[in-house]
Amino acid sequence: MSSIGQIPGTPIPPSRRLLTNRAFLSVCLASTTLAVAVLCALIISVAVDGWGSLSWDFLDSFASRKPEKAGIKAALFGSLWVVATCALTAIPIGVGTAVYLEEFAPKNRVTRFIQLNITNLAGVPSIVYGIIGLTAFSRMFGVFRLDEPVTLGNSETFWFLQFPFGPSVLAAGLTLMLVILPVMIVSSQEALRSVPATLRQGSLAMGATTWQTVWRLTLPAAIPTIITGTILAISRAIGEAAPLLVVGAALLIFRTPENLMSSFTVLPLQIFNWAGRPQAGFHAIAAAAIIVQLVLLILFNGTAVALRLRLQKPLQ
Amino acid sequence: MKPLFTALLPVRRLAAVLSTLAIAATALALGDLKGNIRVDGSSTVFPITEAVAEEFAAEQPNVNVTVGVSGTGGGFKRFCSGEIDIADASRPIRHSEMELAAKHGVEFIEVPVAYDGLTIVVNKQNTWASELSVDNLKQIFSAQGTARTWKDVNPSWPAEPILAYSPGTDSGTFDYFKEVVLGKDGKARSDMSVSEDDNALVLGVSGNKYAIGFFGCAYYFENADKLTAVKVNGVAPSVETIENGTYAPFSRPLFIYVNAKAAAQPQVKAFVEFYLSHAADLVGDVGYVKLPAAVYGKVSRNWAAGRLGTQFTTSDGTTITTPFTATYQ
Repeated sequence: MSSIGQIPGTPIPPSRRLLTNRAFLSVCLASTTLAVAVLCALIISVAVDGWGSLSWDFLDSFASRKPEKAGIKAALFGSLWVVATCALTAIPIGVGTAVYLEEFAPKNRVTRFIQLNITNLAGVPSIVYGIIGLTAFSRMFGVFRLDEPVTLGNSETFWFLQFPFGPSVLAAGLTLMLVILPVMIVSSQEALRSVPATLRQGSLAMGATTWQTVWRLTLPAAIPTIITGTILAISRAIGEAAPLLVVGAALLIFRTPENLMSSFTVLPLQIFNWAGRPQAGFHAIAAAAIIVQLVLLILFNGTAVALRLRLQKPLQ
Repeated sequence: MKPLFTALLPVRRLAAVLSTLAIAATALALGDLKGNIRVDGSSTVFPITEAVAEEFAAEQPNVNVTVGVSGTGGGFKRFCSGEIDIADASRPIRHSEMELAAKHGVEFIEVPVAYDGLTIVVNKQNTWASELSVDNLKQIFSAQGTARTWKDVNPSWPAEPILAYSPGTDSGTFDYFKEVVLGKDGKARSDMSVSEDDNALVLGVSGNKYAIGFFGCAYYFENADKLTAVKVNGVAPSVETIENGTYAPFSRPLFIYVNAKAAAQPQVKAFVEFYLSHAADLVGDVGYVKLPAAVYGKVSRNWAAGRLGTQFTTSDGTTITTPFTATYQ
């Protein structure tokens, strides 16, 4: 590369080129070190504070006013239920939207407008989705009466439903779905776009319909990258507390969810509350709960990475 | 910490034994209740409700108690629209909230449950400001206040700027402090270090020699080795002075509000009665101070009689300024 003002053809002296190269390397190295060091410091301090409080009893007990007796059973199961609901709704809707926008939708002003809005929604603070979730899912715009909900089945059955959803696992899962959908859609679109156009054209030239091309060719080729996007999105959902607080998550609860209408609490809420208590004993179990949350995240991401490795086939 | 707690230990142990016996006795009497009790509201009151709910759940495992922490304002919003049975509150209900309740046909019973002693703290190395008056605090914390260095408060004190620390301006703690020290329309100085996390205030004040801050007594009791509590009008905050009301004007009552319709349900009724009979034993465990026995007695009689409404605001919206203990004695 020649810089401005230099006579074309005259090379920059090698010493300066190499110096620039080395400077750039050290800047990159410094930023990596900084990021890793901060992360390590956080993980180590959490591990030191929380390790002693980790035990089977801690996982299998409900909250208590005495830190040494308190556990995270309700929060752990609540998080699993809510995130599972979120994933099961967000993945099909997100991938479906991406497939429509990339493969089927005509490229016109309307699609461009939708595209622009989805990209913008990815930057909306999650508490705003909490307010939408409260109105749309928990209260259902006031169509039904809050104190006398319309019920399907009774609260003992696993398929029990009621309208409005109230402060339930389902309302929370759907709210988190709204939070992560923009990211899901955009990353799935990127994945589909990275599939070479020649593959598509070949398939269409052979007489396959768009549906056949998508189902047999484009989507399988894009799935490993879609999974990466999904990991990032679900990881965000596991860590959310603010929108769930708005939807009406409880904090103290002495049972695990039994169906989608159960009330619930989640790990980030429990951690936040314990960390803010005056007694040092609660700070220690907050750290222990953070470890559990990290392990949960690693387990989840590990499964997704394993799935991706299995599915990743070279394009033929 | 806690020389004062250690002194009380034998008494508290005895109380614990007695309360266990009492719990066993009532368990036999009550039998098995069912149903839901939905509680939401103040995060300051949460530890007390958590303690009571924990003991209640051990006795009534088939009752599903859920407690949220939407904050006093958020809790009242849900309470006044009839979504929840009980609201945890670190201040009395406001007139606007009572109007919302009336609109939804919600009637309620007000139940004071404990004291929180708002504690003014300074750094351990601060040897001069061991005592301040409410007027001094007003000079320090008001936007129009004249005291910006310690010397401005008292000419013999150091000429160093005062670093003020305060809980979040949305919190009930800040509200109470503001009303007592700065008055209803007062404005706090804008250069305070504000944090929603009271533990951060503890760190801030214990790390700066010229700092002053305030928060609930639970945070002071836990950190008494790192902070000095300022005497207000000559009285230091302690379990005794907060309970007997001499630590004025910073003993603030904490409440639960019970939906009158829900109070007719056996599980809610049992829970509130359990709350009233066990609060005195349990609040100390979580760093708060029990109300005088006479007040619990009066509150229990109000509850039994189903007395509706608040004792703090008249129906036309004017605040009743009689001291809390006088209202409830």
